Amino acid sequence: MDKPFAITLDPGSSRANHTGAWRTERPVYVSGLPPCNDACPAGENIQQWLYLAEEGGLAAYEAAWRQIMADNPFPAIMGRVCYRPCETACNRGQLDSAVGINSVERYLGDQAIHAGWPVFADNTPVDAAPTGKRVLVVGAGPSGLSAAYHLTRRGHSVTIKDAGSQPGGMMRYGIPKYRLPRDIMDAEIERILAMGVTLELNTTVADILAELNEAAGGHGGGGCFDAAFVAVGAHIGKRAYIPAGDSAKIMDAVSLLHQVEDGTRPMLGRRVAVYGGGNTAMDAARTARRLGAAEAVVVYRRTRDRMPAHDIEVEEALEEGVTMRWLSTVTAADAGSLTIEKMRLDETGFPQPTGEFEELSADCLLLALGQDADLAVLDGVPGVTFSGGTVDVDRDLMTGHPGIFAGGDMVPSERTVTVAVGHGKKAARAIDAWLRGTEPDAPQRPALAAYDTLNTWYYADAPAAVRPKLEAARRTGTFDEVTGGLTGSTALFEARRCMSCGNCFGCDNCYGACPDNAVIKLDAGRYEIDLDYCKGCGICAAECPCGAIAMVPEET
Amino acid sequence: MPSTRIKFYQVGSFAAGNRLLPEDLRSIQSSDARANTLTCGHRACQGCGEALGARYALDAVMRATKGKMIAVNATGCLEVFSTPFPETSWQIPWLHSLFGNAPAVGSGVATALKAMGRSDIRVVAQGGDGGTVDIGMACLSGLFERNDDVLYICYDNQAYMNTGVQRSGATPPAARTATTPAVGPEPGNAFGQGKNVPLIAMAHEIPYVATATVADLRDLEDKATRAMDFHGARYLHILVPCPLGWGSSPADTIKVARLATESGLFPVFEAEDGQVVSSARIRRQVPVTDYLRLQARYAHLFHPQERTDVIERLQASADRNIARFGLLEDQKPAHIERTRLTLAPVHDSDQRR
Repeated sequence: MDKPFAITLDPGSSRANHTGAWRTERPVYVSGLPPCNDACPAGENIQQWLYLAEEGGLAAYEAAWRQIMADNPFPAIMGRVCYRPCETACNRGQLDSAVGINSVERYLGDQAIHAGWPVFADNTPVDAAPTGKRVLVVGAGPSGLSAAYHLTRRGHSVTIKDAGSQPGGMMRYGIPKYRLPRDIMDAEIERILAMGVTLELNTTVADILAELNEAAGGHGGGGCFDAAFVAVGAHIGKRAYIPAGDSAKIMDAVSLLHQVEDGTRPMLGRRVAVYGGGNTAMDAARTARRLGAAEAVVVYRRTRDRMPAHDIEVEEALEEGVTMRWLSTVTAADAGSLTIEKMRLDETGFPQPTGEFEELSADCLLLALGQDADLAVLDGVPGVTFSGGTVDVDRDLMTGHPGIFAGGDMVPSERTVTVAVGHGKKAARAIDAWLRGTEPDAPQRPALAAYDTLNTWYYADAPAAVRPKLEAARRTGTFDEVTGGLTGSTALFEARRCMSCGNCFGCDNCYGACPDNAVIKLDAGRYEIDLDYCKGCGICAAECPCGAIAMVPEET
Repeated sequence: MPSTRIKFYQVGSFAAGNRLLPEDLRSIQSSDARANTLTCGHRACQGCGEALGARYALDAVMRATKGKMIAVNATGCLEVFSTPFPETSWQIPWLHSLFGNAPAVGSGVATALKAMGRSDIRVVAQGGDGGTVDIGMACLSGLFERNDDVLYICYDNQAYMNTGVQRSGATPPAARTATTPAVGPEPGNAFGQGKNVPLIAMAHEIPYVATATVADLRDLEDKATRAMDFHGARYLHILVPCPLGWGSSPADTIKVARLATESGLFPVFEAEDGQVVSSARIRRQVPVTDYLRLQARYAHLFHPQERTDVIERLQASADRNIARFGLLEDQKPAHIERTRLTLAPVHDSDQRR
C-alpha cells in the first residue's frame, strides 16, 4: 500500500526484534544540583533562570526574573552587592572563566524595574489563599523584608516595624551608594510593600511578648500577632581600647557610613586611617576618599590573604588609591598621628607583637573592627538564649521561645545581604509551617553536578563578557555607581555561557547519538528512552554535555 | 564547507541540536523528521560505531536527494546485523551484493538508471574496510576510473570485525587483531603496511573525496550532503569505532573517534579533483596515548611495561598527519584553500558593547 519509494515487497521490519532485552543498564534522565544553586545562600535556582533567559527577548527575561523572584525579591540589589558564591562554584570556571551570573541577575533586575513588572503577573497579591494569620517582622533590613515578602506570598499578613526612619537596614546604612544606588534599592523595597506589607518606621519594639497573642506565647499585652521574626541586624560598631590623646579624632566606621547616608559629610581631614580588614573597612576607606581625604590607609594586623574583606572590594579599593598597611596594629592615637606596632604571624597564623613601633600620620582614625548585634529586643524573653553575642536558633531559625524566629546578622552566620535574604526565606517557610501546624517542606537536594560529570567538548569556546567600570579617577570625587551593567546582547551572551550542569537543556545529543534510535523526542527539551530497543550502550550518557543522563543497573 | 557565522548559542554546532538555533541550522540527526534509514531492532553490538555512522551518512544523503536514493551494500557487519532473513532494518531501497563487488554493482545500478532516463535517482554503494580496502579494491578503482555516478562510503572500523577481528589493509600499526597477535618484539600489526584509500581515491582525481568520523556529526552530514552536489565517482571514508574489535567501552565509541582526530591519528579533510581543499582543525590536542589507552587492542603497549618505542612511532605518524594536512590552527599549508568552520561562535566587538 503506502510503501516507500521503489519498495515493492513487504519484508519484515527489524522492529520486531526487541533488542532492549540485551540491556544490563538503562539510561535515566536525571536532574542534578548545579554548583551555583548549591552555593547560593538565598537558595536561587540559578541554572533554571539562566535557562529561561537564554531564549532572549523580554518575555524570556520576565520568565527568568520571575524564577529569581520565587526565591529572592531583590534581583537588582543582588546583582550589585552579592559576593557571588555562585560564580566561585561555577563549573565553567574550570573550563575558561565562570559565568557572569551576577551581571545577568543585575540585568534582569534592572529590566524588571525599568518595565515595572509586578510581583504577580495578574496582580493577585498572594500565591496561597489568605490564612488570616498575622506575623510581626522586627527590622526592615534584607532579612526582614525577605521574610515579609515570602510570608505574604504564602498568604499571611505581615507588619514590619523598624526603629530607623527609612527601610533597608544595612543595605542602606552599611553599603555606600557607589555600590548600591538608592533608587534601585527603593524600587525593590517598594515592590514588596506594594504587595500589602505594612511598614511602621521609627518604631522600636520594646516588649515583643506584648505584640504576640496568647497562642504565640504572648503575655496578654493586647498583641495580635501569631508569630514574630526578629532580624534587627548587627550595626553596633565594636570598639577597641586605644589610648588616645584629647585631640585625637576617632570614629567608628559604621557611624560614618550611617552619617553619610543621612546626608552629613563628616570632616575627616586630609589623611584618614581605617583600622580593620573587613568589607566595612574597605567601604569606610573608599567613602573617606570620596569625602575628600587625599590619603586613606587601611591598617590591618594580618596579611592580605587573611583579610575577611572580599577580593572584589579590596581590588576596587586599591584601584581608587586606598593603601594598605599589613601586619600592623594601632597602639595609640594622638592629634595628627598614630602609633603603629608591627606584627608577625606565628606558626598558627595568629598575629604576635614584635615590639617595633612606628608613627603614621593621620588626621582621623576610623574603627572597622566588626559589629555587634543589638539583642535588646529579645532580652528577657523566656526560653531565648544567647551565645557569643548572637541569638541561638534551631535548624528552622526558631529561638528557644516557640513562635519567635530570628535571622540575619543577629544569628551565627556569614554576615552578607545574600545570607540575610536566604534567612528571610527559610524563616518564612518555617513560620508558615509552624502556623499551619506542619513540618517545613524540606528543599530537594539532588546529587551535585560536579565538573567531572560534564562532557565539556560540546560547549562552544566563549570568553566571559565583563561589566564596564567607572574610571578610578572619576570614582573618588563622587558617589556614582562604580560598576556598570551589561547591555542586552552581552547579558544574553553571558547567560548562554551557562553549561546547565546536571540539567537537560535540549541539545538533542542523546537523540542524535543513539546507534539504536532508541531515544524518543517528546516536546521541546524532553526525551524518553525506548526501552524496547535501548541496548544500554551508554553513549547517550557519555555524550550528554551536562551530565543529565545516568546509567542505572537493570534489576535481574 | 561553507562557513556560517552566527551568534553564540551555548553549544555552537558541537551538539546534535540546539533549542536556541533556528530549525534549518540544526543537524539532520536532531530532527524527528530524519529518515532513520537504519531503524531500530538491528543486531549490531552495543555502542556500534558503524550503525551510527551509516544512519548519519545515509540520512543526510536521503535529505540531499529528497528521498530518491538506492543503496548497494557489500557483505560485512553492516549487512549481517541489518538484514538477517526475513528482517530488515533498512527503510530505503537496498541491495546486498557480494563481499567484494559493491562498487561494481553500484556502477551497474547507476548505469541502469541512466539507461532508464532516471537521472533523479542517486546511488550509494557502501561497505566496511575489508570489503573496500582489500576485497573490493579492484572494483572500487574501476568505479573511480570510469567516474561512474556513485557515492561510495567506506565505514572503517580497521579490521574484519564480522568474521572475528582479522587484520585488514586498514588496520593501524601495533593494533592487536586475531591475525596480528601481541607477541614478539614487534607485537600487533606491522608498521609500514596497509593502504590509505582516501589518498588512493584522490590519486584517481575523482570529483570529491572526504574523511569523517562519528565524533563530528555536523561535519559528517555536511560532507555526505556536499558529496551529492557532485556527479561522478565520490568517496567518503568514515571512521567508525568498533567496541568489540577495539576492546573499548561501548559508551566510549564517540569519545574514541574524537580522540583519533584530536591526536592527529585520523586526519579529517576533504579533497576535490585530487586536491585537498579543507581540513578540520584540532581543537584540543591530545597525545596519542590518550587514544590508545581506551582500547584493549593496544593494551600490550602499556602492560606489562610501557612500549615507549612503539608509542613514539605512533606519535610520529600522528605528527606527520598534522603537518601534512595542516591540522593545527597555526598551520596553513599552501594547498589548503579554506578552513572548515561551520557555525563557529562569534561575538563581535560591537556585540560586546
